[in-house]
Amino acid sequence: MSEQTPVPQATTSPADEHRRVESVEGAPRGSAFGRFMSSSAGRNVGLVVALLVLCVVGAATTGQLFVDVDNAMTILRYASVIGVVAIGMTFVVTGGGFDLSVGAIVALASIWSTTVATQTMAQDFHWIVMVFTAIAVGAGCGLVNGVLIAYGKMAPFIATLAMMAAARGLAEMISDKRTQLVDVQGFGDFFSGDFLGLPVLVWIFAVVCAVAWVLLNRTTFGRRTIAVGGNATAARLAGIAVNRHTVLLYVLVGVACGIAAVMLTARTSTGSAQHGLLYELDAIAMVVIGGTLLGGGRGTIVGTIFGVLIFSTLTNVFTLNNLDTSTQAVAKGAIIVIAVLLQQRVAARSDTS
Amino acid sequence: MTAETILQMSDIVKTFPGVRALDGVDLDVRKGEVHCLLGQNGAGKSTLIKVLSGAHQPDSGTITWQGERVRLNTPMAAMNQGIATIYQELDLVDGLSVAENIYLGHELAAAGFSRHGDTERAAGRLLERLGHPEISPQQEVGKLPAAGQQIVSMARALSHDVQLIVMDEPSAVLDQEEVGRLFSVIRDLTADDIAVIYISHRLEEIREIGDRVTVLKDGRTVATGLSAPDTPTSELIREMTGRDVEYAFPERGMTAEDAPVVLDVAGLSSPGDFTDVDLRVRRGEIVGLAGLVGSGRSEILETIYGARKAGSGSVTVDGRRIRPGSVAAAVNAGVGLCPEERKTQGLLLDEAIYRNVSLATLGRFARGGFLRRGDERAQAEQHVRALDVRPADVERTAGTLSGGNQQKIVLARWLLRECRVLLLDEPTRGVDVGARSELYALVRRLADEGVAVVLVSSEIPEVLGLADRVLVLSEGHVVHEGQADDIDEHQVLDLVMEGSAA
Repeated sequence: MSEQTPVPQATTSPADEHRRVESVEGAPRGSAFGRFMSSSAGRNVGLVVALLVLCVVGAATTGQLFVDVDNAMTILRYASVIGVVAIGMTFVVTGGGFDLSVGAIVALASIWSTTVATQTMAQDFHWIVMVFTAIAVGAGCGLVNGVLIAYGKMAPFIATLAMMAAARGLAEMISDKRTQLVDVQGFGDFFSGDFLGLPVLVWIFAVVCAVAWVLLNRTTFGRRTIAVGGNATAARLAGIAVNRHTVLLYVLVGVACGIAAVMLTARTSTGSAQHGLLYELDAIAMVVIGGTLLGGGRGTIVGTIFGVLIFSTLTNVFTLNNLDTSTQAVAKGAIIVIAVLLQQRVAARSDTS
Repeated sequence: MTAETILQMSDIVKTFPGVRALDGVDLDVRKGEVHCLLGQNGAGKSTLIKVLSGAHQPDSGTITWQGERVRLNTPMAAMNQGIATIYQELDLVDGLSVAENIYLGHELAAAGFSRHGDTERAAGRLLERLGHPEISPQQEVGKLPAAGQQIVSMARALSHDVQLIVMDEPSAVLDQEEVGRLFSVIRDLTADDIAVIYISHRLEEIREIGDRVTVLKDGRTVATGLSAPDTPTSELIREMTGRDVEYAFPERGMTAEDAPVVLDVAGLSSPGDFTDVDLRVRRGEIVGLAGLVGSGRSEILETIYGARKAGSGSVTVDGRRIRPGSVAAAVNAGVGLCPEERKTQGLLLDEAIYRNVSLATLGRFARGGFLRRGDERAQAEQHVRALDVRPADVERTAGTLSGGNQQKIVLARWLLRECRVLLLDEPTRGVDVGARSELYALVRRLADEGVAVVLVSSEIPEVLGLADRVLVLSEGHVVHEGQADDIDEHQVLDLVMEGSAA
C-alpha cells in the first residue's frame, strides 16, 4: 500500500498511526493460487474439475453407455427441469431466503395446468394456455410465500414448509390422486422436439440461465437482491424497499417452478401430484454446491448451472452402474457436505486476505 | 488498605479489520474491590471484557493474574482461572431450570446421570448466599424477571471458584429497588474478597458502589485509579467525552440568516424516547445534538429518517411534508443517514466500494432495469476520489477499509444521491484519531455546498467544534438551544446533568 499519501491535516502522530493500521490490512496474505481459487473464476474451475472427474468415472465404469450422444441428451433433459427450479432458488438464497415448497409448487402447477387442458374441450384450445396457467399458479404460490415472510414476519423455513404441505395436498385434491394424461394438440410435439440438434427443454433451460445471469449481474433487481441478502438493515437504510423485494424474490422462484412444471409435464406427458418430489432438497444442494452463500449476499448463476450438471451427471452415472437410489442418496449427501466444507475454507481464506 | 493486586492487564492491543478497538489499555484490579470501567460506546469496554473472558485474543499485551502471566485462550480457560463474566445479554438457557442453568457445563453427575437432588440443593445454597432464597432452583429460567436471571448468572459464576466477576451494565435491565439489592449482593461478594469489575453508564451508581474507576476512551486508558466516591462527576464525564488531542475544526461558514430552512421538524415525539422536539436546519447549516447515551439523540435521527414511527409531529423537507415511518419517502425527499453502526447498518462489507456507494442511487444508473455499470463505477469513483478515500480502488471490498474510510463511503453514497439533508449519527465512532479532522473538514465542505446537516455525537467537543447551532438533550427533552459559540463544554455538561437530576 505504498500509494498512501499523508493525511493533509494538522495532526501528525495520529495520522501516522492511521496509515499503519491500513497497511497491515492491505498486506497480501496467502499464495497466488489461494487467491485465484477464492475468486469467482477459481471457484468455477473447481466445479469444472469436479464435473470432468465425474465424466471420466462414468466413461471408465460404463464405457459406451455413458459416452453416447443419446445419454448426454438424457442427462441434459433431466438437468433442464430441475435446473430451472435451481436457478429460481439461486435468487431466493442470494436474497437471504429459502424455499422448501418448490417441489410442491411444481406438482400443483402441473396438475392445475393439465386439469385446465383436459377440461377445455373446445377445439381452439391452445397449449399456450397451459403454460400461462402453470406460471400463474407458481407465481401465486410464490406471492403467498413472499407476503407471509416479508409482511407476516414468518421464518422462510416455516412459511415455505406450510406451502410445501398445502400445495401438494391441493394438487392431490384437484387430481383426486390420479395421474392426468396430456394429449393436447401440439404441446407434446413442441416441447419434446429438437431445435438445432438440441432438445427444446434444454433450450428453455439455456434461455432461463441467460436471462437469470443478466438479471442477477446486470440489473438493479440483481443488485438489490445481493444487498438485501448481504445486509438487510443497510439496504433498508439506503432506501431500498426490502419487504417488496423479498416478495418479488419468492414470486420469481414461483414462476421458475411454473416453467419447470410445464417442462416436466411435457417430458412425462402427464400431470401428477407426485411430480417434483424432493426437488426442494436437490435444488438447494445444487445452489449451494455452485457457490451461492446460504444466508445470502453472494450468488452465482454459473455456479448453479455447474451444480445442476454435476448432480444430474452423478445420477446418470449411478443409474448406468445399476446402483440403487439409496446408494445415490448417500453419495449426494456426502457431496453436499464436501462441497460446503470446501466452500467454507475458501470463504475463510478470502476473508483474511 | 494494603489491597493486593489480583489482575494486571498491560498495554493490551486488539485490532479488527478496519479499526483498532484496543490501543494499549492498562487495567489493574485489587482483591475485594469494585473496580468501575467507564467509557462511551465504542471506547473499547466490551472488547476489553471479551479479552478478559477469553472470547477474544489480544494482538499484544500481557495479562497477569494472581502474580502469574496467563493466556486466556478460551472462555473455559478464563473460567478455570476464576474469572467469570456476566454479559449484558444474559447467556442463560430459558427452557432449563435455575439449578440446571447454574451448573450448565459442569453438571453434578454420577456416571453420566445428573444428580438432580444434589444439584438443586447446591443451587439453593448459592442463591441463599446471594441473598435470594426466594428463587426456586426448580423454576424455569425463562419465567424469571430480568433481575432474577441476573442473580442466576451470578450464582453460576459462584458455582465455579471465582475470584473476579465482570458485570457488563448489570443495572441496565433493573429498576431502582432491584439495583439496591444487586448492590448488597456485590457488597457481600467483595466482603468475601471477590473482586468485581463493574460497567455502567450511570455515574451515580459508580459513586455508590465503586471503589476505583478506570476510564477508557478511543481504545486507550485515559485515567486509572480514580477514587469512585470522591472524583467529581464533571471530571469523570470530561475524561469520557473530552479530547486529549487538539482537533483542527474547520472554519465555520456564514449561514445567512435568511437562508431557506431545508429541514423543519415540528413537535416530534416518540413515547419513551423523546418528547416534543423542534428542529430547523437552514441550507448550509450544521446543527448538533448533544447529550449522553439514552438522551434520545439517535432515536430522533432515526425518526426523522422514517426508520422509526413517530408518535406525533411532522418532518418537512423543502416545504414538503414527508410521509412518516417510510425510509423510502425520506430518501426520495433528499434525506440521507449515516447510521451509528456503520458495519451492521450502513455497509455491505463483502461488496465492492462502488457498489456500496451506488446503493441508494441504483435507479439513476438503470435503463429499463439494466445497470449501466460503466457509468455507475465512474460516478462512484468520482465521489470516492473527491472524498479522498484511501485506497481509492473502488473494486476493493468495503470491509477491508479503516473506519474513517468506511464512513467516507457512506458519505459518498449520499453525495452521489445529491441529498439535501444529511443526518450523521456518531460520524467518528470507531474512526482513528488521525482521520477525524479530515472527516470534520469534509462535513463542513458539504455544508458549504448547501447541504443541511444534523450531527449527533456523544463527544461534546465534537458537537461544539463542528456545529453552528447546538441543541442539548437530556432524557428525551431539548433543554437548551443556541449558537455553538455561545456555550462551552462545562455548560453543556451542567445542562445534561441538571436534566438527569430533574
